[in-house]
Amino acid sequence: MKVRVVTFPGSNCDKDVGSVLESEFGAKVEYTWYKESFSDTPELVVLPGGFSFGDYLRCGAMAKFSNAMDSVVSYAKKGGKVLGVCNGFQILTESGLLPGALLHNRTLKYICKDVDLVPVSENSIGKEMKGTLSIPIAHGEGAYFADSDTLERLEKNGQVVFRYKENPNGSLHDIAGICNESGNVLGMMPHPERAVNPYTGKMDGKQILEALLKK
Amino acid sequence: MFVAKINVTLKESVLDPQGQTVLRTLHDQGKNSVADLRVGKYIEMKIDGKSQLEAEALAKEICESVLVNQVIETYRLVVEKI
Repeated sequence: MKVRVVTFPGSNCDKDVGSVLESEFGAKVEYTWYKESFSDTPELVVLPGGFSFGDYLRCGAMAKFSNAMDSVVSYAKKGGKVLGVCNGFQILTESGLLPGALLHNRTLKYICKDVDLVPVSENSIGKEMKGTLSIPIAHGEGAYFADSDTLERLEKNGQVVFRYKENPNGSLHDIAGICNESGNVLGMMPHPERAVNPYTGKMDGKQILEALLKK
Repeated sequence: MFVAKINVTLKESVLDPQGQTVLRTLHDQGKNSVADLRVGKYIEMKIDGKSQLEAEALAKEICESVLVNQVIETYRLVVEKI
């Protein structure tokens, strides 16, 4: 099973997610530098967390203008699976692969803590999961925003994949993660790769990565 | 040579927590006549264009593709000859 992890200048969770996919799922991980293109069809492409291009101008705004993102967009449009975590989620919204945008947390504070996630969707990987998942968040700009028509469409199509049990950042509809209409692109602010190994004290992220790899 | 002066602000429908924080501070100081406050950003861009129209078209294209996320932001653009 091949997975591509895209690294941008300022990505800092690329090795975290890559090593977890290697050690826990036996994936063959290749890292793609943002200047490179790819045309193969791995099982999964991951846009990792971090601060691509220093988050200057807006989070994720610069990353969309890269060869790697051109490849990610064409891979996703052919139905390839993409996971964007945290900054990766911001890049997915900026590049138009997912609707909406991520705003500053309502408190204006950077939040780093475990949160309870409720998988909600009937139509996406959410349905593969049971119960509430405890997953860490670490972000300053994670409040999901979309206009009311888009929110209504997301709810109607079952594109809301994860909701916060207790909203930490002011996300509309308590949204923590969404997928695109066809369900192959998932963006989420919480970090599943940080809750996979018993050494971290949490294992609930494993369900999410497992569901993504097998779906 | 032209200069494009661009003001980017969050849309009215988007909560601006920075603006609200500053507004609250002003109200704490007794400046209650300040009714609202929005924090945005100002971008200045020099363009070596042949004509005003050409510079304006390029500035607008750059605003809408790079500088502004129209899901959450709105902008005002003025292009002047320098």
